[in-house]
Amino acid sequence: MDKIKTQLQQTSQATHSERRGRLISLSALSLIVLVVIAIFWFVATKGLATFFENHVDFWSFLSGKTWDPGVKNASGQPLFGALPMIVGSFLITVLAALVATPFAIGTAVFMNEIEPRHGAKIIQPVTELLVGIPSVVYGFIGLSVVVPLVRNTFGGSGFGILSGTVVLFIMILPTVTSMTADALKSVPRYYREASLALGATRWQTIYKVVLRAATPGILTAVVFGMARAFGEALAVQMVVGNAALLPQNLVSPSSTLTSVLTQGIGNTVMGSLQNNALWSLALVLLVMSLVFNLVIRLIGRKGALR
Amino acid sequence: MKAKTADKIATAVFYAVAGLVVLILAFLLGYILLAGLPKLSWHFLAAPAQAFSAGGGIGIQLFNSFYLLVLAMLISFPIALGAGIYLNEYAKQNWITNVVRTAIEILSSLPSVVVGLFGFLLFVVQFKLGFSILSGALALTFFNLPLLTRSVETSLASIPNLQREAGLALGLSRWETVTKVILPAAVPSILTGVILSAGRVFGEAAALIYTSGQSAPALNFADWNPFNIASPLNPLRPAETLAVHIWKINSEGIMPDASAVSAGASAVLVIAVLLFNFLARWLGNRLYKRLTAND
Repeated sequence: MDKIKTQLQQTSQATHSERRGRLISLSALSLIVLVVIAIFWFVATKGLATFFENHVDFWSFLSGKTWDPGVKNASGQPLFGALPMIVGSFLITVLAALVATPFAIGTAVFMNEIEPRHGAKIIQPVTELLVGIPSVVYGFIGLSVVVPLVRNTFGGSGFGILSGTVVLFIMILPTVTSMTADALKSVPRYYREASLALGATRWQTIYKVVLRAATPGILTAVVFGMARAFGEALAVQMVVGNAALLPQNLVSPSSTLTSVLTQGIGNTVMGSLQNNALWSLALVLLVMSLVFNLVIRLIGRKGALR
Repeated sequence: MKAKTADKIATAVFYAVAGLVVLILAFLLGYILLAGLPKLSWHFLAAPAQAFSAGGGIGIQLFNSFYLLVLAMLISFPIALGAGIYLNEYAKQNWITNVVRTAIEILSSLPSVVVGLFGFLLFVVQFKLGFSILSGALALTFFNLPLLTRSVETSLASIPNLQREAGLALGLSRWETVTKVILPAAVPSILTGVILSAGRVFGEAAALIYTSGQSAPALNFADWNPFNIASPLNPLRPAETLAVHIWKINSEGIMPDASAVSAGASAVLVIAVLLFNFLARWLGNRLYKRLTAND
């Protein structure tokens, strides 16, 4: 009797394995969350050290025009003006997105609404394939094709914002195109049928119905492309010229947050003022990527409401 | 008939835009392959790189890329699998789950340079692993985890609830249902996700330049003891990968035939990515047919 009783009251083997499995999978998930927290913690403490330990003025960091971490100015403040890099990053990102958006929308409309057969068979697989091409390859193509082209057309060294924009435009084009195509695909078929039945032409249907209904999705695609462009490091670093100066024009050598980071971290001593300043740049990158994330969420929420 | 004219013009514009984009994309692929393929030879793929003279290869970098890929996958796959299972099978719909999902989304949108810098700070400096394959593999793990978790989760979510109910009705525990019923059914799409993310990891460079380093010391390919410093398997040696190599020789400008070597190496990278893509499609289809008896 007792034997049966203990057998019934004991936790069974299945319960044990269930608990173990649940624990294992939960700890895997917690590990990922821990990593995210650790990244924010490390980058934030390192990045804020410039302001709290080295007492660099936060405002002069954001608005200063000279980036020369080894040198101090007349009032004894080190020259940490991050404005040239911030301007460079934003300029390249916005320009690349501005150029890429019409092309991406045009191609997505073409492969969804005008020639669905060729679109689904040829263009879509090719764009999806190009999404996976490593960014250094884009950088190499920029270096061997775009930079000489810019040099021969506009003079100068060829390195600069324009080359960076072209490289990033080509790089985010497949991403934005395939995400826009997905957005168009999710517009219900009866929207088009209703519009065509009212006597609208195909262009009127595309312009007045399909594109409007897909606006949140298209915006998400563009912001996603911008986030990718903003965070891209090597492809930009290879073609932008890497001079920490405010861009005079589109073909003068300049730099971005990521390009200064990739070059600088290896050349500074850990814990030094120069190194901390670079971590502040990394913090700016981190915050911007959060902002992009937030914007995508806001768009999603607004789109869902309608 | 104004609307009709507008329609015709618009159609023509769409043809032009799409044609232009196709031309750009075709030029891109064509340029990489046409410039790179003639450079490829057995010597190029196997010989070590030459820093100061022409005629070097990419042998060590190619090996490093694959070794790093395997290590990163070995570390990240179990974690992603567990996390994906928990998210899809156990997690309740509440604010904690939402926060976790947001965290994963944020991790996936972080610039890879930031992930690399974090890896540098934590593994190279704090844990004193130095510029090593292990540091690189761990940094790649962080880079890879969110997407892999996402793909495991969606693969599991696509298995109909009927299967879970059937498992539970047979008296299996939830964990047994997941491991014995749901996971086998989800293997094809999980595998596709793994291969696609492998393609991404293979070409990643920004996360690696400060974790696995930018130097490729000579290796002794006869020595497979992972504890020897010259052994290819030693996880604590610095290891420059193919993608990092392309970046380094182009930004240093010391190597006399840098552009030829990078053209060849770019072609190898792109071909590898293409192969990963085709493999994912082919294997996914084949396994699906096999496992669902749709042959």
